Amino acid sequence: MLDIDHIRVSFPGFSLEEVSLHVASGDYLALLGVSGAGKTVLLEVLAGLIRPSSGRILLNGRDITRDKVQGRGIGLVYQDLSLFPHMTVRQNIGYPLKEILPNRQDRDLRVRELAAETGIPHLLDRHPGTLSGGEAQRVALARTLASDPKVLLLDEPLANLDVKLKAGLRSLLRRIHRGGKTVIHVTHDFMEAATLANRVAVIEKGRLVQCGTPEEVFRHPATEFVARFGGVKNLFACRVEGVPSQVGMCKARVGDGMVLFFVGQAGAGRGFVMVPQEDIFLSEGRLDSSAVNQLHGTITEVLHSGQGVEVVAESGEGVSFVASVSRKSLDRMDLHPGKPVWLSFKASAVRFIPD
Amino acid sequence: MLQNWKIRLVFLFLGGAVLLFVVAPVAGLFLKTSGGQYAETVTDPEVLRSIRLTLLCSLAGTLVFGLGAVPLAYVLARREFLFKGLVNGLVDLPVVIPHSAAGIALLGLVSRGSWLGKAGEAAGIQFVGGVAGIVLAMAFVSLPFLVNAARDGFAAVPEKLEKAALNLGASPWRVFFSISLPLARRSVLTGLTMMWARGLSEFGAVVIIAYHPMVAPVLIWERFASFGLAYARPVAAVFVLVCLAVFVVLRLLAQKTEHVRY
Repeated sequence: MLDIDHIRVSFPGFSLEEVSLHVASGDYLALLGVSGAGKTVLLEVLAGLIRPSSGRILLNGRDITRDKVQGRGIGLVYQDLSLFPHMTVRQNIGYPLKEILPNRQDRDLRVRELAAETGIPHLLDRHPGTLSGGEAQRVALARTLASDPKVLLLDEPLANLDVKLKAGLRSLLRRIHRGGKTVIHVTHDFMEAATLANRVAVIEKGRLVQCGTPEEVFRHPATEFVARFGGVKNLFACRVEGVPSQVGMCKARVGDGMVLFFVGQAGAGRGFVMVPQEDIFLSEGRLDSSAVNQLHGTITEVLHSGQGVEVVAESGEGVSFVASVSRKSLDRMDLHPGKPVWLSFKASAVRFIPD
Repeated sequence: MLQNWKIRLVFLFLGGAVLLFVVAPVAGLFLKTSGGQYAETVTDPEVLRSIRLTLLCSLAGTLVFGLGAVPLAYVLARREFLFKGLVNGLVDLPVVIPHSAAGIALLGLVSRGSWLGKAGEAAGIQFVGGVAGIVLAMAFVSLPFLVNAARDGFAAVPEKLEKAALNLGASPWRVFFSISLPLARRSVLTGLTMMWARGLSEFGAVVIIAYHPMVAPVLIWERFASFGLAYARPVAAVFVLVCLAVFVVLRLLAQKTEHVRY
């Protein structure tokens, strides 16, 4: 659907080097990188606000590189949202509709629809200056959706929001995506990327270094940078089940058979669990320890990296875990592919991210 | 720093002296004019005519040249180009040259021999000794106030808001009129008010282009030169009062609409 073909941008002191990327219709692509890597510049190029030095952008096969900003069908929500301070929320959301719907009643109706979709019908008569961060973010989304873009570009939409607001907004973004929008979401937070996107592209110093499913990128990082940026590799979609089995302890089912316990207050529903690779202990026999989560598995890979060794083990339920071990432990325990091991980690080490 | 009573006292004294220097002569102007003189002046048709002419000429100059000055201010606020510093300097030129010299320069431009003078004559517009000339002279010396205020106003509007509006599908025209201008409107209005007020008070450039019809500053000068201080003072007092009144009303209006918007 959207093809980014060898896009190059150079300013004094910054450049984007020949970025090529294909985004399919209905994709949710996370553009991942540290700040200053060139993510926002790429968004502005796509939106037509910055002209690339070379390269082409194709939307549904049509070259839009030199097209005007307006009418490109690419909606951009800036990180600072850029709500118009002199207009009410209603006027903000209605702004793009003037170009689309000639009839005033139609516009009013559409504004109310969009406000309902984004959960802000009670804010329509407020001014942006009086809104909280989460509310303003929803208004900005509603306004950009009003222009009915073919591709929705989001610049750090979840930054500057507290955990609770983040969860609400994340589910709104997922709903927008399920509604059929193609989304490109810029973030520096890999958790955000992994929990929302079906594809992840990593940008490092103006260069696209890897692109693939979150799974591929985090499990098989192409460069040291991606590996370190990914940080944590044990991230699994899960379903939280029933009432906590012990005080403050929840039960998450990963895939069909595997059950993990974590400390927290989560209601039944979907989400993600994450196990830091440093917190997983490997042992030959079952441990008599305080770790609640104990799984039996088989080592499939032993990877040597700069800092130490990463051991990949597949549990009996077919879920792969990555555990960090020291070289000394590797030799002492004679860890090698094919060897059966037990994996243990405490319930307090498991992080839960609600869907 | 101003917590210290000694420095506070010295600063208050010095500042107060300057304020007094501004207020005292104007207050004297009002106080030395008797009630009878006020009554006589405000019913003097020549005075009323000149005040009306002054207000309207300055207003016309402000509106006509505002049409070009506001876009110029926008360009200066948004674009980087070669010799931009020079252009910014040119805008301030009328402030630094003597206004009599400005009048002479303008006279050269619009005199009967010049192409502009001829063109005006053909169209029935008389510059020298005419209303059009007064408007030009007033606009010339007061333009910098509008351009500078409007430029600062536009520069303070985040460019991202304009980009966001373009991205939402608005045309550049619509972006200017719905985003840039409304957000800079306080500065633009202030600039228009200052340009208009500055035009009212112009004497030097106007008197060279058009002694007649007489604007208020010229009338004050004429009364002073022909009859002396006592005859010029009532006219001066009335004109200053009118200027102050209109100025205050405009400022209040600008503030009020601002409250409505935010």
